[in-house]
This record gives sequence, C-alpha cells and structure tokens, in this order.
Amino acid sequence: MTSCKEVSDLLSTSLDTRLPVSRRIGLRFHLLLCKMCSRYQQQLKFLHRAATMYTERAPRPGDAGVVLTADAAQRLTQKIRESR
Amino acid sequence: MTALSDPDNWVAEHGDYLYRYAMMRVRDPAVAEDLVQETFLAALKAQGSFSGKSSEKTWLVGILKHKLIDQVYRARNGMQVEDIALIADNFADRFDESGHWRAEIAQWSDPDLALEKDEFWRVFEACVERLPPKMARLFLLKEMDGLSGEELCKALDISTTNNVWVMLSRARLRLRDCLEANWFTGRGSGET
Repeated sequence: MTSCKEVSDLLSTSLDTRLPVSRRIGLRFHLLLCKMCSRYQQQLKFLHRAATMYTERAPRPGDAGVVLTADAAQRLTQKIRESR
Repeated sequence: MTALSDPDNWVAEHGDYLYRYAMMRVRDPAVAEDLVQETFLAALKAQGSFSGKSSEKTWLVGILKHKLIDQVYRARNGMQVEDIALIADNFADRFDESGHWRAEIAQWSDPDLALEKDEFWRVFEACVERLPPKMARLFLLKEMDGLSGEELCKALDISTTNNVWVMLSRARLRLRDCLEANWFTGRGSGET
C-alpha cells in the first residue's frame, strides 16, 4: 500500500497535474482507509482555494505596505506623462 | 468593445492593485514600484494592441505578469539554495519509518469562515513570507500566475518538472503547518 509519506506528495501533485491511473487508484484506496490523509487532502484543497482568493482580493486600507505611497504614485504619474 | 482610458488616470485607477500584485511576489517596495513602472511604460507602447476583449485591468495585469517572470529570471542567480536540500528539509521528520504521519493531522474547525477575516489573510501572508524564498516564489508563480511545470522549471532554474511538483508539495506542507500553528490552533493571534 502507498504510504502516507508518498500520499502527501501525490495529493499535492494531483492539484497541479494529472496523475497516472495506477497512482490515482493507489491514492483513492489509501484515502478510503486513512483519516489523516483525508484531512490533509481537505486542507490542501483549502490552501489552493485560499491562494486563488488571495490573488483576487483587492487592496484594503488596512493592508499596510501594499498600497503605493503618495510619492511613488507621483513618480509613476510623472513617468507616464514623460513617456507619452 | 471597450477602449483604454486616459493613461493619466492609470496610476489612480490601477496603481495600487498592480503594486500589491507585484509586492506579493517580490516583497521589495522599490522592485515592485519598478515593475509597475515597467508595466505602465510597456502598456503605453502597446496601446494599439489592446483589443478590448478583456478589461483594462486584466490587460495591465497580463503585462505585469511578463515583467514579473523576467524579474524572477533575472534574480534567480541570487538564489543559491540547493533544490535537493530544500526538498528534503523538515520533510522526513513528519513521517515515521513506515511512512505514517508522526503527528496527528488535526481537523480544522470551519476553515471557510477564516477566508472572510482580514486577520486570517495577514497570517496567510506571513506564512508565505516565512517559506524559503525559492519555495515562496514557486508557490506564488504556480497558484497566482498559473505558470505551467515547464515555465516554472525555466523561471526558477529547477531541473525537472517532477522536482517542481515535489517542491510545491513541501511548500504546501509548510504552509499548512504554519496556518495550523498560527490560526487554526493558535487562537488566531499571529506569530510564534
């Protein structure tokens, strides 16, 4: 049987690329029997979802350091004017 | 079909968004500002190629992505960590001799609720920042920019796509552990 150690990598890789059929069967069989790896799978999916949401999140006033400073905005505006 | 807005308004309209997008990956205000500037200047030159099929913002982000990949490629020589060591680090300790989890994988209570809290996103950001730099870049280029295995190999100078997948797996395990320690069991109070 596939070990939890191998399964942890297979679960992650299955988010990125299509696993060969033999690997997928081993994975599914392991997950039926292993509570810990099933939880790990849920958590990896959560992480994947969170990363996607993180990308789409618009900047908020509370996000210190992730909005342009007034000076930086000024510099950029200037550059654009010069290059037009 | 939509037309581009007046470039004089680009900074006010898209500046913060693009800057934040860049900051999440390069974590250096000066480098991020340069990338945003390069993006705007490239966009000025390429105005004629805007087809109006996507929004102005999406179009600008597309240009920024190319600038980011160039930047990662330029910076990669500064990253000397051996990929193999990075892959092995911390990992073996998590499993016993027969390959079982050593510590329990706990059930997280209501993870979806976390996604609605600003405090959670600060923990998430801090956890990504705590990853070794190469892993952080790999994770972000994959999850946020959707680069393929081959593109990731090239951008980060990793020898095989298999190593890319394994390194991503180890990055996710670290992130998972960090979120658990600092959010799901750490009462959401932040740093350890």
